[in-house]
Amino acid sequence: MPLNTTPDYSQILLRGLLAGLTAGLLAGGFAFFLGEPHVEAAIAIEEAAAGGAEKPLVERSVQSGVGLFLATSLYGAALGGILATAYTVLRRRLHTGSDTHAALGLAGAALLGLVLVPFLKYPPNPPAVGDPATIRERTIAYLASVVLGLVAIWAAVLAARTQTHQWRRATAGTAGFLIVVTIAYTLLPTFNEVPADFPATLLWNFRISSLGTQAVLWTALGLTFAGLLSRLATRTGHPTETAAEITTTP
Amino acid sequence: MSKAQTLTTPAVSPRLLATAAGFTGLMLLLAYLVAFDQGALSQSGMYLHELMHDGRHLLGVPCH
Repeated sequence: MPLNTTPDYSQILLRGLLAGLTAGLLAGGFAFFLGEPHVEAAIAIEEAAAGGAEKPLVERSVQSGVGLFLATSLYGAALGGILATAYTVLRRRLHTGSDTHAALGLAGAALLGLVLVPFLKYPPNPPAVGDPATIRERTIAYLASVVLGLVAIWAAVLAARTQTHQWRRATAGTAGFLIVVTIAYTLLPTFNEVPADFPATLLWNFRISSLGTQAVLWTALGLTFAGLLSRLATRTGHPTETAAEITTTP
Repeated sequence: MSKAQTLTTPAVSPRLLATAAGFTGLMLLLAYLVAFDQGALSQSGMYLHELMHDGRHLLGVPCH
């Protein structure tokens, strides 16, 4: 059994990819059972408005089944790879002795910056909502909101680190985050493209299921990645630290 | 068993940073393929785009 070995980037990366794939499949399951009914309902409205169904390139049953799981698992794996990379590069700068706190902290920050900040400015739209003529502008604005979400997290960390007292750290961090998000929300363009006759309840339910899908993805990704890291630590861990832990644990 | 065994992460060298940047680029390409590609990257026409249509909507990406 190897002792005191530092894991390679590739070992951490592999665990991130695996965690991402798992999280993607779980998010796919959530989306399949809780999101698809709203997608189907929206497509029915779209088809009624267009006066009949067009023959899709890919069967609807494939889009809502295999296609959905393929999308969420590939997306999850990509995000897992990025999380593992961020973890490897940033671990020594995260001021915590716990790998679990570090992994969950990064995943939580991603959920806040990459999901919640974009979601509140540009809530996702079901089929039949959104003007195809503005897809380019909306895509660019969405990506800008993702980048600004990350900037807000970064600002929060920088602001928190200017303080030493715990309460002041928390307050400075929150202020840094909110200032960046408020400026970003003010500067980013607004799109108002929901058709007047689109059912409000369906729109709300679809958006909540989309937020849920992304929340499942990042929560499962963080927890699985932290779990795999913990197993890796047990395998390659430092026996001296283990002994120290045992003596200090009541 | 101890409650918190910590891992030593590899030292952040320029070489590691270069590898990490390269891999991040690759992963962003994969995410792009799912979220935004309309055949330019996949060279499959609109097939992959259509296949992953529902996933895109439910992952919160602007679709159409």
